Amino acid sequence: MSDVLKKFMEIAEEIYGQIERGEIPRMQIPSRTKYNIEFSQEHSVWKYGARYAVRSAKKLSGAYMILRTLYVMEFIKEMVEKGKSSTLRELYYISEGWGLAKFGSQDESNRLAEDLEIITGHLREDFHLRPEEDGASVIGNITIEEVNRKGVPKCINCRDDVGDSGYSIPYNVEKEKVRFVDVDADFVIAIETGGMFDRLVENAFDEKARAILVHLKGQPARSTRRFIKRLNEELGLPVVVFTDGDPWSFRIFASIAYGAIKTAHISEYLATPTAEFVGITASDILNYELPTDKLTDRDIEALKAELTDPRFNTPFWRSEIELMLEIKKKAEQQALAKYGLDYVTEVYLPEKLTELGVMR
Amino acid sequence: MARSVAEALAEKQREISVAEFFQKNRQILGFDSLTKSMVVAVKEGVDNALDACEDAGILPEVSVEIRQEGKDEYLVVIEDNGPGIVRRNIPRVFGKLLYGSRFHAVRQSRGQQGIGISAVVLYGQLTTGRPARVISKVAEEEVAYELDLTVDTKTNEPHVLKEKPVIWEKPHGTRVEVCIRARYQRGRQSVYEYLQNTAIVNPHARISLIEPDGRRVVFERATEKMPPPPVEIKPHPHGIELGELMSLARDTKAYRLTSFLSGEFSRVSPSLASRICDVASLDPYLRPADMTVMQAKRLIDAFGRVKIMAPPTDCLSPIGAQLIKKGLKNVLGGLRPGFYAQPVTREPSVYRGNPFVVEVGMVYGGDLPKDQPVRILRFANRVPLLYQQGACAITKAVANIDWRRYGLEQRGGSGIPIGPAIILVHVASTRIPFTSEAKEAIADVPEIRREIELALKDVARQIRMYVAKKKRKSKVSEKFFIVQKVIPEIARKAAEIVGKPVPPLEPVLSKVMNVVWVEEKVERGKGDFSVNVRVANLTTAPRSFRLYADVPAGRVMRESVSPPGEVSEDEVIKWDLPEIPPAGELTLAFRVEDVKGGYGETTFYVEGINPAMVIGAEPLPGDWGIKDLEVLESEEEVEE
Repeated sequence: MSDVLKKFMEIAEEIYGQIERGEIPRMQIPSRTKYNIEFSQEHSVWKYGARYAVRSAKKLSGAYMILRTLYVMEFIKEMVEKGKSSTLRELYYISEGWGLAKFGSQDESNRLAEDLEIITGHLREDFHLRPEEDGASVIGNITIEEVNRKGVPKCINCRDDVGDSGYSIPYNVEKEKVRFVDVDADFVIAIETGGMFDRLVENAFDEKARAILVHLKGQPARSTRRFIKRLNEELGLPVVVFTDGDPWSFRIFASIAYGAIKTAHISEYLATPTAEFVGITASDILNYELPTDKLTDRDIEALKAELTDPRFNTPFWRSEIELMLEIKKKAEQQALAKYGLDYVTEVYLPEKLTELGVMR
Repeated sequence: MARSVAEALAEKQREISVAEFFQKNRQILGFDSLTKSMVVAVKEGVDNALDACEDAGILPEVSVEIRQEGKDEYLVVIEDNGPGIVRRNIPRVFGKLLYGSRFHAVRQSRGQQGIGISAVVLYGQLTTGRPARVISKVAEEEVAYELDLTVDTKTNEPHVLKEKPVIWEKPHGTRVEVCIRARYQRGRQSVYEYLQNTAIVNPHARISLIEPDGRRVVFERATEKMPPPPVEIKPHPHGIELGELMSLARDTKAYRLTSFLSGEFSRVSPSLASRICDVASLDPYLRPADMTVMQAKRLIDAFGRVKIMAPPTDCLSPIGAQLIKKGLKNVLGGLRPGFYAQPVTREPSVYRGNPFVVEVGMVYGGDLPKDQPVRILRFANRVPLLYQQGACAITKAVANIDWRRYGLEQRGGSGIPIGPAIILVHVASTRIPFTSEAKEAIADVPEIRREIELALKDVARQIRMYVAKKKRKSKVSEKFFIVQKVIPEIARKAAEIVGKPVPPLEPVLSKVMNVVWVEEKVERGKGDFSVNVRVANLTTAPRSFRLYADVPAGRVMRESVSPPGEVSEDEVIKWDLPEIPPAGELTLAFRVEDVKGGYGETTFYVEGINPAMVIGAEPLPGDWGIKDLEVLESEEEVEE
């Protein structure tokens, strides 16, 4: 029996034992909030701390959670035994036939899959579950060998062998699937928006600055973060993150550099602690006199929440967040176009990157 | 020469007086915007109609019709089934400002807050140039009279342009048609809202409305019973103002100050009258008509320095709990609230010599919108108040209460609360203290404010109880669902995965429920009812307590009580229950002679156990020694 299935059996035995002893069924998992993340000295990333949440069948939500866990484990067991896999979305739809254990939304089933990762200490790939999210794009002078769907290794140069939209990162980027063959670049720049990614591609920033461009497509998927981490760790490439200047973008950076709260159990696989932020910051808004939008009430709430988020508890972030709250303004990356289409690649990024010592 | 100029000026001043007064005081009189003018016109007509019907003891049937005649020009038609107005009085009622029978009367009436229908006639004539048309018929007459009239702005006298007798199918009633510059709209502060609110507090009236687009709305009456007519009382010394005192003194038939005081005021005996004269240092033989302003001021001062009994309060006519409930139900239409609080009518009280009474009704929950400010319906002497909400004592009283304690949202614990509720407040008085002449808001008089707050808190407590009960109920039904559906399913699935038989669930279920369950089953026998009571201990500890059964009807057959318990004279059975182990239960039984042909529901009371733990029985009245009525959770749980 595989290790995953053994773990599942233990969980089922535990619940069965509780009922047998006349106890209310309960499960314990680490509390998954910003109040329960701690900095791991070993990995330099943020991981879950020692706080546990008890899901007890005394409450309806806890009872449902336990029941669904049993159903999901049974479903995964079947897949593992038959050598099949499914997407997270399929898992959600499969639950249609589970009666009471049916999920109310895909968020619930996604969350449960994460809970199972935490409880068992295995990744969801071990459960034969995969995300349906499309991977991000990469453009730059790096050659990758990917084992394609027919099981054949295929070499791809992410500058010469791809179109304008670049190389698509698959959902599995582990070594058995993706290998780095060769690279001729100085650093990796991860970009939040498609508009800015296209601007850097059109301006040939990858060649001029010897950069690997990675388009994050908003909140980056696990595989994107893992891919960036591997570029950093295995190839020794510095990583910089370039986003809009608003509270949500700050969180995108935090998820890359420090680890996301939702996936803090696997931060050491996903986070790149040495990643640097190249804007847009609140100071950039002032220094570059960028066109802005007013912060919405939700933005302000998000910024205030970040002030109590331990990941942002650094002098740099505190002052930037407080400054943004003070000026009550946010700006998009593309606001730099105020000074012309080449400004970002000719002036802004070179200035920022030289300052960081990434570009010479 | 100089004199004649002054004379001419004076003449001129008089000439323009009424019209100018009106133009200058449009705001004060309520005609400050086109949409408001429309509501004011309808309000004056409808208030008049309702007062007339009530004076004559007729169930009011009022119809309002609004027809558009041009851009911002509307014909307002109001017709009632009142007693009608005798021909000779018609011109003065409609064509003379400040004419009316109520001007000096001290009693609860709508009219005291109006500017009068004649102001509407004047407004119409000034803005559209058209005269008002009045048709009125009294029961004794064969024909109705139709008059076209205006107000003579020079003299404030009615001016009849045309008059003719007409055949009217109505046995009696009055119809007035005025063309005014105004604007018609629906929604807040509209004619519709005004009539709807009027219908709430006048459940004995049938009110219909035909809107400019032809839509017809009818507010049916909720009761056939007329409210008791308000009783007229003499003014009380504590409420009197200087001008009023002077005019009473001028009009009295009394020759001496003492007889004037004892004869024209309530609660002033001849001996008290002499003492007042004493305190005021006034000659008891002074002729009231000769009293100077200075002397009147001393008199008022003396009123404040002697002890005078509070005025009689039986002159007030509150709406009453039942009709407030009915009225609310009637106007809510399709909206179904979850809970009608029992409306509260406070005991009459007095401010500055004026008796008043406060009534509050409230509905909560159900279909009412949850995320909007609570709707406040304000009424003074059965007339809805639509404007100046912020300035009104009623609004201030509502805002002053911390509604968070009663289950509504409220930022910072003051201000208009947010939640699914409608609050109705009615203040009835012989004199409502309004903030201004437009009579749109009740002044913040401490005595009135206090009464409103007390009444509000009373209904709010009911809301809190309802919310708490509902919460408890849903918590219990949630637990039932967990126990009956989810846990058996968890056990089944877990057993299936580990490949073992499903273990017995009872101990787990008791722990989840953590309640003592009391449930009765009644069966009809021959000439009696047999009642079986199941008491189940769904908790984790053994329980022993006393259970009381209050039998609703018939005589308990003493020998049938099992296990034997005490039966009191008023048919309450008391059991000292033996200890019930966790997951254990016992059955009690008794029979009742069938005397009334039916058996309602036994009321159970418990004693000697935390009543919050018991479902199906109430705490024994007096058994309130338990501080915390929450079910105690045995384990700490961290919710995400």
